[in-house]
This record gives sequence, C-alpha cells and structure tokens, in this order.
Amino acid sequence: MTERKTQVAVVGGGPGGYAAAFLGADLGLDVTLVDEAANPGGVCLYRGCIPSKALLHVARLLTEARHASAWGVDFDAPRVDLDRLRAWKTAVVERLTDGLGQLSRQRKVRYVRGRASLLDPHTLSITTSEDEEHLAFDHAILATGSRPATIPGLPHDSPRVVDSTAALDLPDIPGRLLVIGGGYIGLELGTVYAALGSRVTVVEMMSGLLPGADRDLVGVLARRVEQACDAVRLGTKVVGAREEPDGVYVTFEGPEGREPEQRFDRVLVAVGRKPNSNVPGLEQTRVAIDARGFIEVDAQRRTAEPSIFAIGDVAGEPMLAHKASHEGRVAVEAIAGKKVAFEPRAIPAVVFTDPEVAWCGLTEMQAKEQGTRVEVARFPWAASGRALTLDRSDGLTKLVIDPDTERVLGMGVVGPGAGELVAEGVLAVEMAAVASDLALTIHAHPTLSETVMEAAEAFFGHATHIYRPKRRGA
Amino acid sequence: MVTNVLLPELGENVSGGDVLRVLVAVGETVARDQPVLELETDKATIEVPSPVAGRVQDVRVKEGDRIKVGDLVLVVDEAEGGVEAGAGAPVRPAAVTVQRVHAVPTSAGEAPPIPIEDKPGMLEDALEEARAATPADVRRAPVVDFSRPRPAGEGSEPRTLAPAAPSVRRAARELGVDVSQVTGSGPGGRISVDDVKMHVKRIMSSGAPRPAAAPHVGAARAPLPDFSAWGQVERRPMRAVRRKTAEHLSAAWTEIPHVTQFDKADITSLEELRQRYADRAADVGGKLTVTAIAIKVVATALKVFPQFCASVDMAAEEIIYKHYVHVGVAVDTERGLLVPVIRDADRKSIVQISVELSQVSERARAHKLSLDDMQGGTFTITNLGGIGGTHFTPIVNHPEVAILGVSRSRIEPVFIDGEFKPRQMLPLSLSYDHRVIDGADGIRFLRWVVEALEQPFLLSLEG
Repeated sequence: MTERKTQVAVVGGGPGGYAAAFLGADLGLDVTLVDEAANPGGVCLYRGCIPSKALLHVARLLTEARHASAWGVDFDAPRVDLDRLRAWKTAVVERLTDGLGQLSRQRKVRYVRGRASLLDPHTLSITTSEDEEHLAFDHAILATGSRPATIPGLPHDSPRVVDSTAALDLPDIPGRLLVIGGGYIGLELGTVYAALGSRVTVVEMMSGLLPGADRDLVGVLARRVEQACDAVRLGTKVVGAREEPDGVYVTFEGPEGREPEQRFDRVLVAVGRKPNSNVPGLEQTRVAIDARGFIEVDAQRRTAEPSIFAIGDVAGEPMLAHKASHEGRVAVEAIAGKKVAFEPRAIPAVVFTDPEVAWCGLTEMQAKEQGTRVEVARFPWAASGRALTLDRSDGLTKLVIDPDTERVLGMGVVGPGAGELVAEGVLAVEMAAVASDLALTIHAHPTLSETVMEAAEAFFGHATHIYRPKRRGA
Repeated sequence: MVTNVLLPELGENVSGGDVLRVLVAVGETVARDQPVLELETDKATIEVPSPVAGRVQDVRVKEGDRIKVGDLVLVVDEAEGGVEAGAGAPVRPAAVTVQRVHAVPTSAGEAPPIPIEDKPGMLEDALEEARAATPADVRRAPVVDFSRPRPAGEGSEPRTLAPAAPSVRRAARELGVDVSQVTGSGPGGRISVDDVKMHVKRIMSSGAPRPAAAPHVGAARAPLPDFSAWGQVERRPMRAVRRKTAEHLSAAWTEIPHVTQFDKADITSLEELRQRYADRAADVGGKLTVTAIAIKVVATALKVFPQFCASVDMAAEEIIYKHYVHVGVAVDTERGLLVPVIRDADRKSIVQISVELSQVSERARAHKLSLDDMQGGTFTITNLGGIGGTHFTPIVNHPEVAILGVSRSRIEPVFIDGEFKPRQMLPLSLSYDHRVIDGADGIRFLRWVVEALEQPFLLSLEG
C-alpha cells in the first residue's frame, strides 16, 4: 500500500472533473485526478456526447443524401460498413481522450487510474490494478457523474435490451428498434438508427417529446421525427416485455388502454440518468444526499463536509457536461480561496437531432408556470434566405423578453445549427442584453444568425423580412 | 414521522461552531428539549436541545466537526418512543447555555499565564454545575426556527435576476457587494462595474450597511505557497476563539483609524502603597495588583473624558456616549484572547475591583465565564507586564474607541531636582479611534492616567 498526499483530489475524470483538475493545476495547486479509464474524458467523451455526435453527423449525411434527390442529385443507396463506422467513432474518442491525457501530464496533474472510496473526510483509498493507495487530501471534488436509469419489468440482462452506452457501440443495425423515452438521448440515438436503416418506434410516457422544451420548438422536431420513425407513441407506457428467440415482445398501454404485443429486435432504454452518489465511504463523511440521489451542495459546490465539493451530474440537474465543467471551475476556484459562486443565468440545452433544438434561460413554458409576464418574439425561418438555401424553412428562432425592461430572458431555436446559434442567446442573457442590443448588432448575411437579430427586431414590430402590424416603438 | 433535526439559530452573530460532544447515539430515545449536542461557538459552549421527541435514527455529526446553522444534525423518528419533557409545557425549543471557557487570566500582570489542562470529567462537572445554576428562565431562552431549509442547492436562485454580466457579478462578489442591491444605470437597468463601484462608494461614505463581511476576513486572498516545499509543516484547524479573534481584530483594524501614544508613569510611591495595603484586599479575597488599580484609574478617567467612553455610529453620523463605565480586561488564555468585563468600575473601590478581578479569574479557571461576563465593555485594558516588553500598539476593541496597554514596570534613572534617582517606571500605550478622539485629547487622557497613578489623590479630587 502506498501513502500519498495531495492538495486537491478530483474523483471522476469527466468534463467536470478534468476541467476542475486542470484549472486547479493552473492555479498552482497540487492536483490528483482519479478515474477508472485510461485517460480523462468520462461518459461525455467515452460513451456520451462525443461518440453520439460523431454518429449523428453520419446520420445527417445519410438523410441529406437521400433528400438530395429533391435538388436533382441522386445517389445510390448507401452501404454502411459498421466496423469502419465504429472504428472512426472510436478514433475520434481516442484522439480526444489521448489529448486530455497529454494535457494532464503537461499540467503535472497526477492521473491515477483506479477506483476511489472515501475513508474519512480527508482520505481517499484508491484501488488500482496493482496497488492500493491512501491519498490524504486537503480538498476533494466528487465528479462521479451519472449512469443510465433503468425501468422495472424489462429483461435488462438480455443483449436485446440496451442502454445508451451499448447503443453507441453499434452492435448491429436492428430491423425494428424500440426507443423507450422521448427525451434527448432517445431522440438522438433513435435518429442515428433510423438514418442507418432501422425502423424505429419511440414511446414516451408524457404527452409530448422533450419535456421541458417549449412546444413550438418541439413541434418542428416532432414533424420530422414522425417522418423518420415508424411510430412516435405519446402518453404511452411499456407495461410488459418478454424475450423470445426472435426478439423482445413489448406490450404498450396508451391513451386507449392496453394494446396487442409488438415484436422488436432491440429495445433502447433512454429514460434518463441517475446520479452516481453511491460513492463508497461517503457515509464516513457529512456529505448529504437529497431525495433524488443528488449530493447537496452550496453555491460554491461545497457539500455539508467542508473539505469535500461535488460537481456535475452527481450534484444536481441539469445533467450536462458544460454545466459540470463550469461547476468544476467554480469549486476549484473556491478551494483556491477565490470568491466565486455557481450562479448561471442561462445553461444552454441542446438536442442534437435533425433538426437541432436548443434553448437557454427562461422558456416560454417556465414563464407561464411562474406567472412571469414576458413577451415572446418569434422569427420563422421561412423568412430567412439562408434557411431556404438549406431547404430547411421549418426552423424557428424565438426570444423571451421582459416587456418592461426589454431585457432578453431566454432564447429558443429549432433548426440545423441551433446548438451553435443558441450561444448568442446565452451571452445575451448572461450580459443582461436588451432586445435592441441584439437588433442593433450587425449579423452576417446570409447566415442563420440573422434570425436572432430579426427576432429582436420582431419584438419592436419591424423585422425586415416579415411584416407585422406595429406593436411598440423602438 | 421522521424529522431531520437541523442546527438551530443560536443567537445573534453565531453562525455555527465546533462539535465538542455528541450527547446521543443511534437507537437512543430523546425527549423534547433534551440536549443532544455540545457546541463550542465563538466564546461560549452551547448545548443544543432536540426540538422533537423520538428515537434517534441517525447522527450526522461527530466530535470535532465544524457545523453551521441549518446543517443536518440528527434524524429522529418521532413515532417511536420518546417522552415529552414537561408534558403540557409550551413546545418552544429551548437552549441551555453552558460556559466552558478555558480562560487563563493574567489577572494582575505580574503572574505569567498558567496553562490549564483538560481533565477527564471536568466538562461533565462543569455542565452539571452550570445546569444546576442556570435559572429556568435562562434555560427557556427561545431558539428559533428548526425547520429552516438548507441554503443554496438547486433552485435556490432568486426570482429576479440582477441585470449584470458575469464579469460584473464577479467583481461585485469580490467587493463583497450583493449585486441585486446595486442600481443599474444602463438600458433595462443593466449594472456595470462602475455602478458597483458607485454603490460601494455610497455605502462607504454613508457608513450604512457595510458590504457583506468576507467569510474569512483577514485571510489571504492569494493562495498560499506550498510551505512543505521548504520543510515539514502541520495544519491545524483554527479554534472557535481564534477564528473569532481573527475576524474581530481584522474588522477593528479595518474600521478604526488607529493612533497609539506612549508614556511612562512613575509608580514608585504607588508600589509602596500597593504593598502596604495588599493585605486589606487579601482579607476580603482580592489581590491588589497594578491591573486592579489601573482599572480604577481608567474608570475615573473615563468620567473626566467622556469621549473615551463612547462608540461611533457612522450610519447615523452620531457618537454614542455611554453613561456607564464597564472596563474590560484582556486575558491571555490557552485558547486565545478573552475579555471579561468589570462592571461599573467607576463606582467601585479598588479593593472591590481587586476582589472582582480575582473572582473573574477564578471563574475563568473553572471554565465558568459566561457571555454576559464578556459583554458591554466601554474600554479595555490589556496588561502584558507579566511577560515583559516596554511599549506596544494594542488594537482598539471595536466598538469601543480606546484601549490602554500596560507593560512591565522597571527601575529607571529619572532626573529629579538636579539628580538621577532610581524610580519604578510603568510603560503605558494608549491606542484610540482617531475619528472621535483628537491627538491632543489622546495625550491629555494618557497624561491624566499617568498623573493619577503617580498621585492617587487625583482619583478622589477629580473623579
């Protein structure tokens, strides 16, 4: 057994953990980063954001190639070599994770590959492949992330029932795929498999896809998803599933009651994620966990145990990589003695389907629920030259605005590239920009970013490319 | 029903403390108001009572933990067992305050501090005694709101978000300003860094609500270097008293423009008197020390110079003159600096003061100083003479406006009537708040103290 000391021990090498570790090192702290993988990266890089986006890029290419026929360009039916596709995806992941390993070494962050448990509020025990290490720390940051949630009643040990991790490994292209869960993970992976040729059924318990997003945005996506999929079943639950040699037989219960069994070659369970707060030894500390399993933290991301911080998925919603990285930087700056707080005004949410859906800050739905008076300014992409050149006129850009101060409180976008466009909205919300700031900023023509400017102009009733009766003076 | 017992509000300016002892264990039954925890706060040790009766399911704190108000302490199942203490009594939770302060007084300055060691059972004895001695009404002092939710966490963000960019919010936080209190001058009320600075200036000039004090005043902002690079080091947590002292002195030093003046008093004749009458004090249980005499002298001087018995209220632009004279005596203890207060010192004789000083020392040794014993001072005397030194620059004990430092007296040649004579000289250092006390008044006060020590007759002539 080895005994060591460190100033900051980061448990978990995902985007939260490595961001914290790297900034800690940049601030002159002695940092140890612990993760089970060969390199930092976590779920995001190994089996989440990055591999799924590589596959979604391919899916988009396939869809566009099919659609090109409408523009007078015909391709033969694509031949998909799954092994090469998988290898490319893996190469992307490895290049990024290797890069992170290198960045750790350059920063002199000590990277320990192993599994950590807590012995007390100042000591970790790390089991590596050849040794056990006791690591005394001044501060620890728990960045243990989350794992796919499961639902009872499914034969989870069947190879036909997979979670997002297994689905990203592309075992095959199933003939009929059932996606349980109409959230972003289910829709992204459903999109990939539909493009690769699977017949996809999406089943969602709630009355709409993407709970939490504004309905006008989701509507645009839903129309395309319905075309790409066999069926999108809303307000429907899986009430039974049994495995047979030729597939999984699933019974649904929809608004009209129980339905006849259907056979699927594969079932993808994408019903959300659960925080990994079951860190061994956590009971040796005062770290508190809330009813939903998240570690309770304060504005500095400090837990009830003063020496221990928690960030990322394990420290609360939204479970997003970019929120984790920001929290990681806040936590490590707090450890370094800086006066910081985690207080974002806007955390962008992006669904990388085709079209993409993205939003930030206050949504129209939230404003309604809270009773906050807002005005919503919309700019439909049918009036955008750039959208028409892409043959994607169904997109929409909207701004949620405080009618008194004209401050931009939120933004929502649906359409190709929405994930990139929302960045302007995030900045606007964080900077407390007012509608005229966006309207008076010159945006390049012809780009989709003009839709942001024109949405702001629409707030004043004089967007160049749409005509609406005048509502208010600028 | 399972109840999460959180650390209740413990009183003004008490944000938490170190857990000295956990008085219950998992599986035990607790009655309402039964003490479950002993907490060492800034200067007092407090017993935290249970707000509910039931069986303890979980204990979430342990000895040595530093906990804050609102932290989870216990999980109690109210359904199980548990008896109501005093059935039918009002269900207000109560706090019992028990003092257990390891004070080592340098009572007269002549004796060096004696370290006191914790003996097993000592705490228990002190608790028992204090419990017995605590009047019922004090025990029932209300402790408010056990149900206070944990601050922070998800969804705790205020509804109305101040219109300020992240960089502005950060700047405000670093200046200790609540950005939502700042009035923005930009479009839509947007707050700029200049707005934040203006806000600070306005507060500073009005003296009104001061920027939220940093949680660790005086702590270095820049990260400390890795000291272990140059040799072995050891980190030890600050005790509550040390922490409080650090915060208090940093605040005093920041707030008060200090001036220190020095002088020496010829106490040759006073020493003769002191020795001659020492028995009179001893007969009634006192010890006639320089400190006891200095308390009397200062108390009288405070009547002559009322601006030294005052406090400053910058917010109201007023000076508060106190029509009472309570003199604090700084005491060096194993745990840190404590300042017990001798009340109405101007109306007590030197013998009475010496007796009281001995009693305070005694109480300190027995860990029985109460918060009351240490509050309400109007002026402080700090005597380092027991250890040595000539002059020093004491820091005013805010919100008081002056402090007198006493050092060790020694025989010095003094030129009197054409020749050097051996005289016993006592070095004095007076620090004061220059906002309310001018330099001339400072030296007048100090001269008065010196002359009163030299000519004790002044005490009855002018006092």
